[in-house]
Amino acid sequence: MSYKANFRVWRGDVDSGELRDYTVEVNEGEVVLDIIHRLQATQAPDLAVRWNCKAGKCGSCSAEINGRPRLLCMTRMSTFSQEETITVTPMRTFPVIRDLVTDVSFNYAKARKVPSFTPPEGLKAGEYRMQQVDVERSQEFRKCIECYLCQNTCHVIRDFEDNKEAFSGPRYLMRIAELDMHPLDVADRQKAAQDEHGLGYCNITKCCTEVCPEHIKITDNALIPMKERVADRKYDPIVWLGDKIRRRK
Amino acid sequence: MATGTAAPGRAQIRERHLRTDRWWLAPAVTVTILTGFIIYSTWRAFANADYFAEPYVSPFYSPCLAENCDSMPMSANAPLFGDWWRLSPALIILIFPLGFRLTCYYYRKAYYRGFWASPSACAVPEPRGKYSGETKFPLIMQNFHRYFLYFAVVVAGILTWDVIIAFRDEHGAWGHMGLGTVVLLANVLLIWAYTLSCHSCRHIVGGRLKHFSKHPMRYRYWQLVSRLNTRHMQLAWASLFSVALADLYVYFVASGVFDDPRFF
Ligand code: SF4
Ligand code: SF4
Ligand code: FES
Ligand code: FES
Repeated sequence: MSYKANFRVWRGDVDSGELRDYTVEVNEGEVVLDIIHRLQATQAPDLAVRWNCKAGKCGSCSAEINGRPRLLCMTRMSTFSQEETITVTPMRTFPVIRDLVTDVSFNYAKARKVPSFTPPEGLKAGEYRMQQVDVERSQEFRKCIECYLCQNTCHVIRDFEDNKEAFSGPRYLMRIAELDMHPLDVADRQKAAQDEHGLGYCNITKCCTEVCPEHIKITDNALIPMKERVADRKYDPIVWLGDKIRRRK
Repeated sequence: MATGTAAPGRAQIRERHLRTDRWWLAPAVTVTILTGFIIYSTWRAFANADYFAEPYVSPFYSPCLAENCDSMPMSANAPLFGDWWRLSPALIILIFPLGFRLTCYYYRKAYYRGFWASPSACAVPEPRGKYSGETKFPLIMQNFHRYFLYFAVVVAGILTWDVIIAFRDEHGAWGHMGLGTVVLLANVLLIWAYTLSCHSCRHIVGGRLKHFSKHPMRYRYWQLVSRLNTRHMQLAWASLFSVALADLYVYFVASGVFDDPRFF
């Protein structure tokens, strides 16, 4: 069963742009990305959109649908009523390139700021031995598809351009948590999380968790545990003393 | 210079946000319930009356830390503040649960969203030009949440004692159970569940370890607390209601609105 849907799609570039109206056919079982593709094929051949897998696994098609950050390829048309107008815009935290395509290099820069996995000195690749229970916890974070929807939604940088310098965003604070929980990582991640990546800016309002298409519990399992680890190091004299006396982690 | 979503380089969209769902509902409900609770608890805390109906003690007044309390036989009272304290004794003890909930990771989310609009809902812009989160005083103090947890465990222990002594009748003989006993019991179970599901608790029992394999017992505790922790929000609300209802129940019985129905 097909019907005509009303779409408003943002068209423009870094200098200017507008929400443009389209009426476009929708068929059963389709997702928003299908409709964007139909627009390209029929009415707007120059509409720019980034996509790859159409299976929610490459993280390319991030955008905002009716004001909510989502993957275009994982948003079913059946979640909307046939009458409503569906608005599609690019992510509003990153610089726009054209139409629905944004420049997400902010995230690459932040990724590079996190020192990579640091095994104990003298331990060569191939000699790593670890227990399943010790690596399990951080496996969840490895489901990340780098769609940057969490980064886009986080109000710390979405609403305050100035904070981009100091704050690495949920994706990379989660990366730091992953390494800090890794049984063989020896780098000091805790002080860095607070001092260099701005963990203190996060006010745990959970928007990153709300939008993550992989349903990673970013706030509960990465950010809050990391805040607690930072509190151990920086705000808790008792733990600090205990760790001085006894060294078994 | 325009900031936020209007910052240079970003897509120039006039609308501050484009959400079409009822995003304002959750923060509105939060504000309504929390405001209601604040009004109710302020009234009850200052009332300094009707908080004891043998054998039931209101959770707002337990333990009593001043000397000006009603005589409450067997309650875990410790008049540390002596007799110079003239105000309601509830004001002393309530600081601890208040601080615990105020610094709780879940309530923080709730009131930052509800009262501060920081943010009201995801992708709805904040109504301010600057933001430093929990990096500066006073919000940096949220990092002391664990200390409130320690007190909260003590308070939960005392409320548990209050349930135990609620199994005596009004003459102090054991083997009684009334509706009040059930109300206090339900409340203390929810308080414990809320307290133990705390994120700081999850961290302390095992979350802070790098090697679960070296601490099998703590790993077990961590798994248990983690399971509770996924319900932390629900427990936060449930225990907020239960503590108010437990107090209200004692108020009704103490002020003579109705008599406590007895089961045995
Ligand atoms: S929980 Fe923290 S990191 Fe996640 S969106 Fe909210 S402020 Fe940003
Ligand atoms: S954590 Fe989730 S929302 Fe963030 S980049 Fe990874 S998959 Fe996307
Ligand atoms: S196209 Fe790959 S995630 Fe949508
Ligand atoms: S009580 Fe909510 S996180 Fe500690």
